[in-house]
Amino acid sequence: MKTVKSQFKFKGGVHPDYNKELAREQPIEKIPLPAELVISMSQHLGAPAKCVVKAGDFVRRGQVVGEKNGFISVCVRTSADGKVKAIEKRLGPAGGKADAIILDTTAKPEGEVAEASGPILEPLDWRTASREDLLKRVEEAGICGMGGAGFPTNVKLNPPPGKRCEYLILNGAECEPYLTADYRLMLERAPRIRLGVEIMRKILGGPAVRIAIEANKPEAIKAMETAFADIDGNVEIVVLPVLYPQGSEKHQIFATVGRVVPEPPALPIDVGCVVENVGTVAAIADAVELGEPLLERVTTVSGGAVAQPKNVLAPCGTKYSDLIAFCGGEKEPVAKLISGGTMMGFAVSTPEISTTKTTSGLLLLPNSKAYQYVSQACINCGRCVRACPMNLNAAEIAKAVESDDIKGAEDAHVMTCIECGACSFSCPAYRPITQFCRRAKNSIRARIAAEKAKAAAAAKK
Amino acid sequence: MTIAIVCIAGVGLVAAIVLAIADKYLSVKEDPRIGMVTAALPGANCGGCGFPGCDGYARALVAGTAPNGACAAGGDACAAEIAKILGVEAAATEKRVALVKCCGTRSEAIRVGDYNGICDCNVAAMTAGGDKGCTYGCLGYGACANVCPKNAISIHDGLARVDKRLCIGCGKCVAICPKKVIELVPASATIHVLCNNPDKGPAVRKVCGVGCMGCHLCEKNSGGKEAGHFTFEGFLAKVNYANPPTDAQIVAKCPAKCMAEDAHFESGN
Repeated sequence: MKTVKSQFKFKGGVHPDYNKELAREQPIEKIPLPAELVISMSQHLGAPAKCVVKAGDFVRRGQVVGEKNGFISVCVRTSADGKVKAIEKRLGPAGGKADAIILDTTAKPEGEVAEASGPILEPLDWRTASREDLLKRVEEAGICGMGGAGFPTNVKLNPPPGKRCEYLILNGAECEPYLTADYRLMLERAPRIRLGVEIMRKILGGPAVRIAIEANKPEAIKAMETAFADIDGNVEIVVLPVLYPQGSEKHQIFATVGRVVPEPPALPIDVGCVVENVGTVAAIADAVELGEPLLERVTTVSGGAVAQPKNVLAPCGTKYSDLIAFCGGEKEPVAKLISGGTMMGFAVSTPEISTTKTTSGLLLLPNSKAYQYVSQACINCGRCVRACPMNLNAAEIAKAVESDDIKGAEDAHVMTCIECGACSFSCPAYRPITQFCRRAKNSIRARIAAEKAKAAAAAKK
Repeated sequence: MTIAIVCIAGVGLVAAIVLAIADKYLSVKEDPRIGMVTAALPGANCGGCGFPGCDGYARALVAGTAPNGACAAGGDACAAEIAKILGVEAAATEKRVALVKCCGTRSEAIRVGDYNGICDCNVAAMTAGGDKGCTYGCLGYGACANVCPKNAISIHDGLARVDKRLCIGCGKCVAICPKKVIELVPASATIHVLCNNPDKGPAVRKVCGVGCMGCHLCEKNSGGKEAGHFTFEGFLAKVNYANPPTDAQIVAKCPAKCMAEDAHFESGN
């Protein structure tokens, strides 16, 4: 085990104000169980889970309430005991509506029901358990990527035939401003992360391990060095330069092992890499060793307008309003509420939205930090082109989309865009360039889906 | 000078001969009726029939793969003319026009955020579901107005309005609306429910001053359930356009003020 400096620096990137000092010294605190949880069926990337309970049912903590519905999907388990009040369509942070279970956690079960005891799943000894058993455990624990996108982890850990994982990369970069959840996790739960790495190494057939951490987190680097000191095999801690979006999967692969993931639909596994967030790794360790499915996660509640910024361990489905109340409420009027980080997070209109498996942060920005811009015409300065870490000509794409030329945007490789927001951040004319890219990507995806449906219908005939 | 004239004339002659031969041997026999049917169609190329433009629909009609009467823009007159050309029965069509089922203007429906991104409903809907408190209502960023081939849609006070006289019922606005708030209704119907929110009354009232609460009063005032003028989806009244109500009284009696008599915006009014 050794610590090395990253040999590769990607092009572009930006330096937003990190503001991490607000919550970085706050140890992880567990929130008291809220009286009501809203558990969404769409907490991950891919098809939403299929709800299998009905209003009036009493559910036990850890019980499966949403079944995996498709290949790219994971199951949803309830994060607490309680009675299902209703099943409604609720707004998620990204703007879409999905079925959600409204759970009354104060309700008592009817009649004589034995107190739930013991682990939810049977603990496994990872050393003796087979690879298939471990994979199955990851799947039944409902684990998805906890960095933000929420890709089902069991799919990632099971490369298609013919592809081999050579590098397992642990993402501890946490390059989003304000967020410190992963940082605290690395400090406080380093042994769990190590255990998770050992389990994942077994599942993936013994790849080399790279632990990627940005240079502005020396304590986390030290904690990982201590935890991994006596591990055998090819394990390195890679110290990355501080640059946004260093935590992006593709950029992390380049920074740690110097490989470039080709344009979509290529995936990291095509260049022999699997990237997992440190939170996901700790969740895998819990699922295997303790039999504890993914029911809660660390969420950073920060931003200038919250009274006490904290790193909160909260059950999935906690309402934002409960999180804010736990952190002492609002110190000054909130101008903007953001689910996630300031660069890639979603501005939400109400604190009645609840957390999911991927909610890494909740930011309450005061008026001084939430700038209301008026976007203007492109001045052709090229700053977005310089900032784009994917080597795209963002200005050209934005102009194409603005004139409804989606094909032009596609020709300019808009599908490669990772929506990191570096272009909008650097634009002096305040143009919503990332939004233009997102719009083009959505149109293109819709078109491809329509074409596929048409082809399928034609094939049926 | 003479050489130039002779050369050009020679080139022209050769080209004419080639064209004459090509016309004789390479000509494609086209059904003359295609041209006639195309001429009978309105020529707006709106795509509302589901075919690529009027010419595409004409070809399908002549080939017998499309039903006569799919052209909403042309209506009955057009269908009758086509029927005459093709010698088939004209299916009776009723002119349909788009209706925006929302009356939550900026003063009535609350906005929960300041949206200053791209002025397009689909993009706004991707951003936390849009800035309107009611997640079912018209966002008013004009995606429908942008696709309308007849400029029949305009935005007034944060709300899309359709000019009934210009609308040809092509349905493009219906397809593009992210909130699915636009519906094609018979042009003859005069009474409409201008709300798209199926939530319970209190939830609707929280976000909009003119939202339907599902009180069933419109149904009662129009002759009860047996009359069948209204259907209900959750807590939302819907006009049964197969059997539309005609009594304008019920509009005035609606406590939520979400009904309107001929809700279509008339330009010039």
